[in-house]
Amino acid sequence: MAVKKSEAALDPLFNNNPIALQVLGICSALAVTTKMETSVVMCAAVIGVLTVSNLTISILRHQIPNSIRIIVQLTVIASLVIVTDQILKAYVFEISKQLSVFVGLIITNCIIMGRAEAFAMQNPPSLAILDGIGNGIGYSAILMVTAVLRELFGSGKLYGYSILPTVSEGGWYLPNGLMLLSPAAFFIIGGLIWALRVYKPAQVEMDG
Amino acid sequence: MADRQATGYTLLFATAICIVCGILVSSFAVSLEELQDENIALDKQKRVLEAVGLLQPGEPIDEAQVAERFEPIEPVLIELASGEAVDGDTATFDQQRRARDPATSTEAPDNLAKVKRIPDRALLYEVRGNAGELEMVVLPIEGLGLWGTLYGFLALDADTTTVRGITYYQHKETPGLGGEVDNPTWKDKWPGRKAFDDEGEVRLAVMKGQARSVAEDPHRVDGLAGATITSNGVTNMLDFWLGENGFEPYLNRIRGEAN
Repeated sequence: MAVKKSEAALDPLFNNNPIALQVLGICSALAVTTKMETSVVMCAAVIGVLTVSNLTISILRHQIPNSIRIIVQLTVIASLVIVTDQILKAYVFEISKQLSVFVGLIITNCIIMGRAEAFAMQNPPSLAILDGIGNGIGYSAILMVTAVLRELFGSGKLYGYSILPTVSEGGWYLPNGLMLLSPAAFFIIGGLIWALRVYKPAQVEMDG
Repeated sequence: MADRQATGYTLLFATAICIVCGILVSSFAVSLEELQDENIALDKQKRVLEAVGLLQPGEPIDEAQVAERFEPIEPVLIELASGEAVDGDTATFDQQRRARDPATSTEAPDNLAKVKRIPDRALLYEVRGNAGELEMVVLPIEGLGLWGTLYGFLALDADTTTVRGITYYQHKETPGLGGEVDNPTWKDKWPGRKAFDDEGEVRLAVMKGQARSVAEDPHRVDGLAGATITSNGVTNMLDFWLGENGFEPYLNRIRGEAN
């Protein structure tokens, strides 16, 4: 299986986006996107964990016994996630409190296991790193678009700065409370998937 | 290279991975512990400030500002059973550890808040005005919610009955449901409610559904939708810590001093 470097890094952005095409990692995409600040930290954490886990698994790919490969991948990922969580607690405590369980839940984020099993087990470290970064950014792109829309229309702010002055603060904008609830993320991500499939009809799944 | 399918190799590999990952995780945990403890202590101070209304939820504030606003707030160690102030180092006082140690705690009677052991001492905060008069007291409260124990603060007016604020600094409740104990809108419903009725019984409770205004519903606060067990947990812990096994002796003393 020959994969070009540029493909490994760029494919996950539009052609093979982990959220939009594979529909993985939705649970955290719903949970942390009410504000850009939490989304940025979550994206950085996922890109970091995904890249390092891909690298580690790729380096070990000839050593890992086949019968326990999934549990080895899980052990590596879980360790990286705990380390990430500890770092967040030490350096950005407030945000880590808001992210609460969702940093820990990166362990169960299907994107990371999926890339370890599907890509890093078959490809050399340099490609695995690019694939990790690419998928991480693909995940982040969807998360950030969702977060921008939700924060802007849900609380009239972007990254905590007031853009649309809300009624409660003496402005004119009446915030759309639905945007702050999880269903809004479903609508936005659904809309993004639709838009992407109109732009790239090859991604449309055919029936039967 | 060794046979990758051999049982011996598999066991060896699994052991090696466990050791490497174990060392990685524990070395990070140990080396970052000090920073994390500082953050936790600072966060606790912020929650105290929030409870007494000196800090708005979500307001960015640095360490120096926290120390400055903490000026009128005095940590006080008390003996729970008598309510009298005692000497001791307030900076290193750890109520949770004290409650675990049989030498410094007693077994709690069966209670709905599921508090197992009562420490002999408690650390609370007294807020004083410019003339040194008592304005508020901030009591630590804890009790079982759905997934674990919630730890927080309840601020009462110097009249020992009127609630000034409530905050939680540590809990494991579900984000969006029980985790809404951190929601500023919900916390805003507390100030002005009365903890006790005229007979001195603890009446403050989280109800099911919406409470009316402070004047019409002096003892009740809106329930958290979809989080009955967390809501009941809040009610139970208030009942426990404001009652005879909690801060009742202390509150009685404050009341006596005011008259």
